[in-house]
Amino acid sequence: MSAGSSASALADVTSSDSALRRYLHGLPGVDTVGLEARAATLGTRSIKTTAKAYAIDLAISMIDLTTLEGSDTPGKVRSLCAKGSNPDPSDRTTPQVAAICVYSDMAATAKQALSAGGGAGIKVASVATAFPSGRAALSVKLADTREAVAAGADEIDMVIDRGAFLSGRYGKVFEEIQAVKEACKRPSGSGGEPAHLKVIFENGELSTYDNIRRASWLAMLAGADFIKTSTGKVAVNATLPNTLLMLEAVRDFRAATGTQIGVKPAGGIRNAKDALRYLVVVNETVGSDWLSPDWFRFGASSLLNDLLMQRQKLSTGRYSGPDYVTVD
Amino acid sequence: MTDQIFEYAPAPESRAIVDIAPSYGLFIDGEFREAAEGKVFKTVSPATEEVLSEVAQAGTDDVEAAVRAARAAFTGWSALPGTERAKYIFRIARILQERARELAVLETLDNGKPIRETRDADLPLVAAHFFYYAGWADKLGHAGMGPNPKPLGVAGQVIPWNFPLLMLAWKIAPALATGNTVVLKPAETTPLSALFFADVCRQAGLPKGVVNILTGDGATGAELVAHPGIDKVAFTGSTAVGKAIARTVAGTRKKLTLELGGKGANIVFDDAPIDQAVEGIVNGIYFNQGQVCCAGSRLLVQESVEEELLDSLKRRLATLRVGDPMDKNTDVGAINSAEQLARITALADSGEAEGAERWSAPCELPDSGYWFAPTLFTGVSQAHRIAREEIFGPVLSVLTFRTPDEAVAKANNTPYGLSAGIWTEKGSRILAMANKLRAGVVWANTFNKFDPTSPFGGYQESGFGREGGRHGLEAYLDV
Repeated sequence: MSAGSSASALADVTSSDSALRRYLHGLPGVDTVGLEARAATLGTRSIKTTAKAYAIDLAISMIDLTTLEGSDTPGKVRSLCAKGSNPDPSDRTTPQVAAICVYSDMAATAKQALSAGGGAGIKVASVATAFPSGRAALSVKLADTREAVAAGADEIDMVIDRGAFLSGRYGKVFEEIQAVKEACKRPSGSGGEPAHLKVIFENGELSTYDNIRRASWLAMLAGADFIKTSTGKVAVNATLPNTLLMLEAVRDFRAATGTQIGVKPAGGIRNAKDALRYLVVVNETVGSDWLSPDWFRFGASSLLNDLLMQRQKLSTGRYSGPDYVTVD
Repeated sequence: MTDQIFEYAPAPESRAIVDIAPSYGLFIDGEFREAAEGKVFKTVSPATEEVLSEVAQAGTDDVEAAVRAARAAFTGWSALPGTERAKYIFRIARILQERARELAVLETLDNGKPIRETRDADLPLVAAHFFYYAGWADKLGHAGMGPNPKPLGVAGQVIPWNFPLLMLAWKIAPALATGNTVVLKPAETTPLSALFFADVCRQAGLPKGVVNILTGDGATGAELVAHPGIDKVAFTGSTAVGKAIARTVAGTRKKLTLELGGKGANIVFDDAPIDQAVEGIVNGIYFNQGQVCCAGSRLLVQESVEEELLDSLKRRLATLRVGDPMDKNTDVGAINSAEQLARITALADSGEAEGAERWSAPCELPDSGYWFAPTLFTGVSQAHRIAREEIFGPVLSVLTFRTPDEAVAKANNTPYGLSAGIWTEKGSRILAMANKLRAGVVWANTFNKFDPTSPFGGYQESGFGREGGRHGLEAYLDV
């Protein structure tokens, strides 16, 4: 669905910068204490036995297995692709991850490695738009995006211009998302689907929950397919409360427009226990419609191995330890 | 995988941690003993109707013995330096923390409330209350009640079944800190945690007779508050019983505090943080199955956001997990007794009969035990019984208002006056409303939040006197 039609019910609010500002500032406020208390309560849910087994497999299938380092090499990316395609060599029933997330110059390598290595069903997600800071000219961001799309990226993880957002220039942020969305399209005649657009807010820099709710609506109105918490590169990344808040936003957006948007918490989710808490929050906030890799993802690197160790423990009854999962 | 639904497997808390004896006596003068007349009654688990234990029914002679023991202990206890009394109370608080899991399981079994609640709310607050008042024991001269305020003597305390151990803590902690001795009667349907507390007192080495526990029914309570050897009566419970106690105590030298019923208004303005307001409404009326004296049982919502709010609220209520209180994922447990269930059912039926529209959360209720699905009524007017009478169950009456003045008028239009909640993002409106609401506790953008440092109590028929905080000391001092 294009941005225009998805937001047609709310077309007026994006007609001018001031209309957009009025709309975003008219959204219901977020009470910090109440939001965090709700997340904490959901965090106490006890997920055991069959529910745990289901949730662990679901979590694995939702992972955007990520490497975003200056030291990334083709070898590192290939090894990550192998890991994502076959997470647990000792148990072939283990689901594959949802995507491999890399920098745009590694997108082609990832695409190739996946199709060659039994991971053809795994998406390639490429960060773009001067990730992680987003501080570059729009032309550079668009070129970055087009390169990634041309290299075969199925999904683009863009960052918003937090400087523009924090200085109240919502129109600029909005237009930039729209422009990147446009750049996600494949060349005409290629017949390919446009790359899915994930919009990263960098919640740690937006700082307040009110800002996160506004950014969520802004991005959804501009045509985001997914909204994503963080780059993983700042001090505060995904948290249970800010993910809960974004889930409320996609829930309300679907109620208002009929369009469903995905959510991706990223950064800081390192163990199975945490991942299960997020799934509980999804389950009890937006329900089973979002409990699929099409609508919920984890941006993570070390999370996968902890999920695998928990999975082995459930199936064998013993905790095997880190020597029994592969390090990639 | 995607068409599967994420169902939580049963996650029951283990019962093994608590060892419930087949029978319990009365705790008088540091010893458990049978009732003089040998009478007993059974206590059941409201979730399953299983008999948990048999406890002694205290009669006239037992009340006499307990009051005498408390009187005898008073001389020594009140003469102890505050620092010494504090040591005992701190020790009790630590033991309560150490035995928190056991006591949480016990409370859940006897009361029917979810383990999540006893584990995360009741028990932490119980320990906190003792810690807080232990700290006051040697600082009474700095409480603003004179340089050396004196205790009253023997306190007769009667507590309800909705928060058995927490209400015990609210009563006993300040009484001990100020140098009084205590005869406490727990509610008939929830005697067990008080009896376990008696064991905690022994474990802490508390001198004999300082705390005495008499189990029994309303008759036992009536005998206790009428006993001439009592210097102070503290009661938490229904307004009807509170009035009877006030009549009994009238004309005596006994000091009295009453914490009675309520019909709290939770007021939601159109600029409220809606998602958190919904949580606050849920917490206000479905927490502890609505069996909370300060429950937000009347929702006053600004008419312009009524529809939006109710949609959100109903969606949220559909996710409440009702059932086995011992399951760690249960949000709403059992009603405490068949009698209480009958009262809730009758009042809810009257709501329908008087023309309000009833909506209940879709949930399956267990076959045995006492259960009532979370319910709300729309189209309620101030004239309906469900808007005026305390239901003491998971039943919310939704009313609307147009202006802040109308909200205040409706909120105050009740013989009660215990609690109120205000939901708005506008700070100045919170302060203006709070000044006009006749309620002992006013919460802003939250509900049912408790803390030992904060005084709690009511206006009008919700009672008088304050418990908690520095104010809570006054009820137990001769000032």
